[in-house]
Amino acid sequence: MVRKTTPPQDLIRGIWKENPVLVQMLGLCPALAVTNTVKNALAMSAATFFVICCSSVLVSSCKSFIPKEVRISSYILVIATFVTLADMMLQAYAPVQHKELGAFIALIVVNCMILGRQEAFSARNTVFRSLLDAVGTGIGFTIALIMMGGFREILGTGSFLDIPLFGPGFEPWVVMVLPAGGFLTLGFILLAMGYAEQRRKAGESA
Amino acid sequence: MSDQTLFSIFFSAMIVNNFTLAMFLGLCPFMGVSARVETALRMGLANIFVLVLTSLSAWVLNTYILGEAPYLRIISFIIVVASLVQIVEMVVKKIAPVLFRQLGIFLPLMTTNCAIFGLAIFQTNRGYDFLQGIVFAIGAGLGLTLALVLMASIRESSELSDIPAIAKGTGLTLIIAGSLSLAFMGFAGVL
Repeated sequence: MVRKTTPPQDLIRGIWKENPVLVQMLGLCPALAVTNTVKNALAMSAATFFVICCSSVLVSSCKSFIPKEVRISSYILVIATFVTLADMMLQAYAPVQHKELGAFIALIVVNCMILGRQEAFSARNTVFRSLLDAVGTGIGFTIALIMMGGFREILGTGSFLDIPLFGPGFEPWVVMVLPAGGFLTLGFILLAMGYAEQRRKAGESA
Repeated sequence: MSDQTLFSIFFSAMIVNNFTLAMFLGLCPFMGVSARVETALRMGLANIFVLVLTSLSAWVLNTYILGEAPYLRIISFIIVVASLVQIVEMVVKKIAPVLFRQLGIFLPLMTTNCAIFGLAIFQTNRGYDFLQGIVFAIGAGLGLTLALVLMASIRESSELSDIPAIAKGTGLTLIIAGSLSLAFMGFAGVL
């Protein structure tokens, strides 16, 4: 069954309404682990964006050759190949970021968001629409990561992209750049979204 | 080769750098199956088992096969993890059908559990030898179990408390996880 959506909807859906991190709770591991600074969040999003777009294009163009029984394993292989590429490229062009992110680049393979898009969308749609879907999901992932990275860097170190924002009197909230800060930031973002949703519903029924 | 002592590897993997609470690995089961203590415990034990097997196979792969082609590491590790989980699933189904039914969907889901794959990658990056790898796996598995059981107990006891409607579900779970993570930070200076 092909869902009836227009190409623009494929693109926009992943960005906000079905945001992979904030709504579907997929790909939480990188979203929490590498968002202690905006720079790391950007590098991670770029790598993930590359992997999801390439895998979606390849999977959707090969969908008629892949036997149904081994499709998941084939998707994982496709993803693993592009992750290896991304890993090498980052090592060559941005060695500092590569060192900071470390093993988490390799862990893009097990990002359930990417596998989820292949299984749910690319496996049964045209190349063009799969690309749109992947771009949308990638942008949604980027937005979520930058949001978290921004909150954590601004509060945790008092700067944004290494530019100091507050005067010398600012006492950084060290906890925000520590692992606990990741959980708390995402928790509060979700609470705020829940609150907004509740307000919207109340407004509709009133 | 890493020259860490076995005890420090074990303690670090289990408490100080707890896989779930400090390194964010294995969050899916952490959010998904931490509603009941009993399920959480079983999930944790199944994880220890698969982690040890993964550590073994990753070590064999690294030592005997991937020496010539380290760039194939990600691809070969993911295949090994996927087939390992499949084999474990079949063996458990044959030998212990009761356990198989208790574990249910969690067993196949382990393929995409980042803790398993992460263990193989970290073990390689840090250059652990055979014994260190096994100890690392057991420590990490116990750490996962500990985090899961703690989380499940908190969720079980907060089930009937009066929390605001917007906080129900993942939001609250994440905040609890944040507090647990803060508590584990207290161990940071131990090693």
